[in-house]
Amino acid sequence: MRIILTPRLLDWVGRFVVVAILGFILCPAVVVTIAAFNAKAILAFPPESLSLRWFTKALAYEDFRTGFRNGLIVTFWASLIALGVGAGFAFVIDRYQFTGKNTLEAVLLSPLVIPHFTIGLGLLILSAQLGAGRGYVIIVLTHVILVLPFVLRSVYVSLRNLDRRLELAAASLGASPGRVMLTVTLPLMLPGLVSGWLFAAILSFNEFTASLFVTVQRTQTLPVAMYNYVREFADPSMAALSVMYIAATALLLVVANMFLGLGKVLNVENAR
Amino acid sequence: MNGTSDRPFLRSFMMPALICAAALVAALAAILNYSLRAHIPGSLEAGGLTLSNFTALTNPLYARVFLDTLWICLLTALFTLLLGYPLAYALVRTQNRLLKSAILIIAITPLFLGEVVRTYSWIIVLGNNGFINALLLKLGLIARPLQMMFTTGGVVTALVHVTLPIMVIMLAAALAHIDRNYERAAASLGAGPIRVFFTVTLPLSAPGIVAGTTTAFAWTFSAFATPQLIGGGQVNMISNLVYQLGFASFNFPFAAALSAAGLVFTFAVLWLLRLAARPLEKLGTH
Repeated sequence: MRIILTPRLLDWVGRFVVVAILGFILCPAVVVTIAAFNAKAILAFPPESLSLRWFTKALAYEDFRTGFRNGLIVTFWASLIALGVGAGFAFVIDRYQFTGKNTLEAVLLSPLVIPHFTIGLGLLILSAQLGAGRGYVIIVLTHVILVLPFVLRSVYVSLRNLDRRLELAAASLGASPGRVMLTVTLPLMLPGLVSGWLFAAILSFNEFTASLFVTVQRTQTLPVAMYNYVREFADPSMAALSVMYIAATALLLVVANMFLGLGKVLNVENAR
Repeated sequence: MNGTSDRPFLRSFMMPALICAAALVAALAAILNYSLRAHIPGSLEAGGLTLSNFTALTNPLYARVFLDTLWICLLTALFTLLLGYPLAYALVRTQNRLLKSAILIIAITPLFLGEVVRTYSWIIVLGNNGFINALLLKLGLIARPLQMMFTTGGVVTALVHVTLPIMVIMLAAALAHIDRNYERAAASLGAGPIRVFFTVTLPLSAPGIVAGTTTAFAWTFSAFATPQLIGGGQVNMISNLVYQLGFASFNFPFAAALSAAGLVFTFAVLWLLRLAARPLEKLGTH
């Protein structure tokens, strides 16, 4: 009897544990949504009456609007530059051996373990020393450095899975290296490029700690504006903005999952 | 051939990466440079060479922040591993496509939400008028609100939420590459599911455990908004101190010294973790 029961019991315990952990992950998102629709400025669970006023207030708040605009500018340039730099370098590390290759790769991947506040402080001091001021250039550079490891990894995986024989076939039929790159390699790399760009764009738009160091009031991105808001005000406008944020991000990931297959991109598909 | 070497694109593809790497190295060099300079009060310029910033770090006040940071990082990495493993296991092993996608999306969405939104949400959950206290008060389980804000426990809870996605991704990658035949062999020889898990699956996933735990540690070390807002000055990590020194006291040389020391500290701890994990990692090679 016990022998039959144990695996089934185990199964249910496992299911319960997994659901509980998913609950832990979802908990803040659910709670912030409830808070966002609460009509009163003071938190109450459950809310006594519902309203959309915090959404209109958040959308009208000037710092959020400029933060959103600045964020889009920075994200646009940073993700595009990081994609170009990362894809080129991923191609080079996939194909060639050269001196200093491992060092260069290690330096470019190091932002994964170097704290963001250290990178932010370093670039802030550097730009001050160069007299570069605190405009968009330094923010974009900071973001490129921070998101580059993710682009590298994403593009590198798609290059590893690429069938080299297709390139050789094109070359043997007389295509120049440039033509092979444009008509064979690049199209085959496309899923890796798209997912790499997507990761870069989302991470750049959300980057906070390093941005706090390198932005000023005029150039602050949305996360910095939100941080300043949370420090100054306690009303649920921030909850409303968070809800919009969470919904947009989740939607983006669901769409990405449909078109790209995130499991494959993240390398978590079953081997057999 | 037509003027290009046998390595087309090498130079033009590598140059931009080289520039980015140079900028990063220059930024770290700038920190090192500033950390060895004297602070001129009221000025952002740094003074002459000095070691005083590093001798000032020996103040027990700062040693305390280093130890607190280490403790918070270790706790966070440990709890992230404990929560991440079952989730990664379910993600890899479930046969249901829809369920798999749902677990994946729920597990990684927090990764893309940014520290501020997540931290703010946790303030609403943990606050004195927050969700948990409202729930417990209503159920009559407590008479007064529990103090969860401004405590190490509150900070660690929110930090685990931040590091969980990357842990799940790394563990799932390791679990996905385990040859299931090893498990089938163990089971066919009479091992029960629990025994199969502890003697076959868990050791084979060791590389993922090591990678996930060290990454969680490094990310926690990097956290700023969470200890700042949920810790509220009661729980301080190195990041908070660096910001305070830079933007409240404008003492950039000392902030740089603290950053440099923090960086050495992280790498030392990561190196020790790797060293301790080496016998573990060997289990995973097959």
